Amino acid sequence: MSRKAIIRVKDLRAGYGEDIILDRVSFNVYEGEVFVILGGSGCGKSTLLKTIIGLIEPRAGKIAIDGDEVSVDDETTLQKIFRRIGVLYQGAALFGSMTIAENVALPIREYTSLPKESVDVLVKMKLGLVNLEGYENYLPSELSGGMKKRAGLARAMALNPKILFFDEPSAGLDPVTSAELDDLILYLNRSLGTTMVMVTHELQSIFAVAQRIIMLDKRAKGIIAEGNPKYLRDHSQNKFVKQFFNRQTEENGVGGKGSE
Amino acid sequence: MNTPETTSSSRYQIAENPEGGITLRIHGNMGSANAGQMIEELTALLSDYSLSSLTVDLKKVDHLDDFGTLVLVHLRKMVSNGRDGFYVVNSGDKIKELLSILHFDSLNEKISLEKKRSSGIFIRIGEATFRHIADLKYAISFIGSIVISLVHICLHPRSLRSDDTIRYMQRVGVDGLPIVALISFLMGLIMAFMSSVQLEQFGANIYVASLVSLAMTRELGPIMTAIIVAGRSGSAFAAEIGTMKISEEVDALFTMGFNPVMFLVVPKLVAAAIMVPILTLFSDIFAIMGGLLVGVFMLDLTAGAYMAQTIKTLELFDVFWGVLKGGVFGVLITWIGCFRGFQVRGGAASVGQATTSAVVSSIFLIILSDSVFSVILRYWG
Repeated sequence: MSRKAIIRVKDLRAGYGEDIILDRVSFNVYEGEVFVILGGSGCGKSTLLKTIIGLIEPRAGKIAIDGDEVSVDDETTLQKIFRRIGVLYQGAALFGSMTIAENVALPIREYTSLPKESVDVLVKMKLGLVNLEGYENYLPSELSGGMKKRAGLARAMALNPKILFFDEPSAGLDPVTSAELDDLILYLNRSLGTTMVMVTHELQSIFAVAQRIIMLDKRAKGIIAEGNPKYLRDHSQNKFVKQFFNRQTEENGVGGKGSE
Repeated sequence: MNTPETTSSSRYQIAENPEGGITLRIHGNMGSANAGQMIEELTALLSDYSLSSLTVDLKKVDHLDDFGTLVLVHLRKMVSNGRDGFYVVNSGDKIKELLSILHFDSLNEKISLEKKRSSGIFIRIGEATFRHIADLKYAISFIGSIVISLVHICLHPRSLRSDDTIRYMQRVGVDGLPIVALISFLMGLIMAFMSSVQLEQFGANIYVASLVSLAMTRELGPIMTAIIVAGRSGSAFAAEIGTMKISEEVDALFTMGFNPVMFLVVPKLVAAAIMVPILTLFSDIFAIMGGLLVGVFMLDLTAGAYMAQTIKTLELFDVFWGVLKGGVFGVLITWIGCFRGFQVRGGAASVGQATTSAVVSSIFLIILSDSVFSVILRYWG
């Protein structure tokens, strides 16, 4: 692989209280790819994402983003890292007391010295990119779920981060809106070369956008498959991987017979 | 297999098999509507028989759900030979499928749905201790980050979010003024009235003015103001930050590179530290006005004499002392409100708890710090 690894995770262990959810998880994310973390409910997908971006302290192991080690205690490095990433949270996490435009403008105002008019133009462009022109002065509570996600995306990419993280982008969206969001993600990936790291379990979304995936499993407490989703669907020998990609239950899954 | 003896009602037919055992035929519905009744009826009906083995014939049953299955489980329990003597026959495909989904064969009558067994008292005490230590650590580090943020603001005043600060000043101060004014006015009125009853006996009406003004400026003004602010704004701070915590807005702030304390706490803190003293001053003024009203209309004092006595009693230090207390209370209210907000985990119920606890803790801290102030004054003044 000639491409540069932009995120390196090595021997990560994460958990809450006495429960260890993930153990000895290691993987790399390469520059410019759309990388999806998937797995069944409760397998630690969101925990992994939050650990990578420094919101949860790992029990053990190392994470490096773009060469800088992520450590909850080292705020200076974290600040440096935060300047290079954007995060779209599950509920979009827009600030309720600010309009959409103010939400998007917030990081731009904080980290650039652009004059106010230029910030406004930039905000308009960002909102145009996610098809939200004309909604500048709406409050988040006045928008639908899909629009909130798109506004959240506009805010996440306000400073053109190198890496965008998505926590279940299609959760709670109808198939059409969710497909639109997928298209937008692909478009941004192509046009800006942004690395995308996504947590999801929407199959259609995965096949539409993912170039490489890792699949986590609750029992294994770690990665049980890594690679291209379509290849894994057709060729994986692992029972759970087959069940997952073919939407089968444990009992009547065809993949359950004779595999492994 | 002829049936020598048959008991039948409209719903049940009971037949004794020649080779021993009983066959029970059930008719109609076995669903949620009549399961309870069926269990009662069948218990009564079958109590006359010795049940070494029981065959339940479901041929005439047209509906059976999980409640109906419960009836079967109950019947199985009544059989003295247990599972070996219990048979279900003539059940249709639908019923068979349902029974297999419900794991009828391994289903017990008594299943304990107990929660995790609660641990022993020592373990619980230990866990609570650890939890409180962790709480305390968090509280201390929270104070630390507030102090660091405040120092940072002093060095770089422009990093204060002035729009937010002004908005909170309006919410804490301007919006709170009417209720603070009204309550203080009434407090002054009540105090003047109560003290006049006693002081009148000695013809010392004029000292009502001294009593009201001194008590209000030194003690009651700041305390009443702080309690109102705790109820109005402390709770609002906790709820606001708690909700932001739940909807991941605090996480979003953090990963956008903002310091949540600087962003969310400092504007509130500055606003409260400025506005609570001002409210305290207003509280003093309105309380004196309340006292004045009683003095003029009930005690035959002139307004001039009342005010002259008030001014004679009050020293600048008293007013300053009360205002200082107000500032400290404001800081405490904001600190505890924001702290409880940041402690929110999980869902809406947690926000409610945080709000309640913010108000209760602030009132406690107000009274506690007021006694500290009294002690300081006693030995210093």
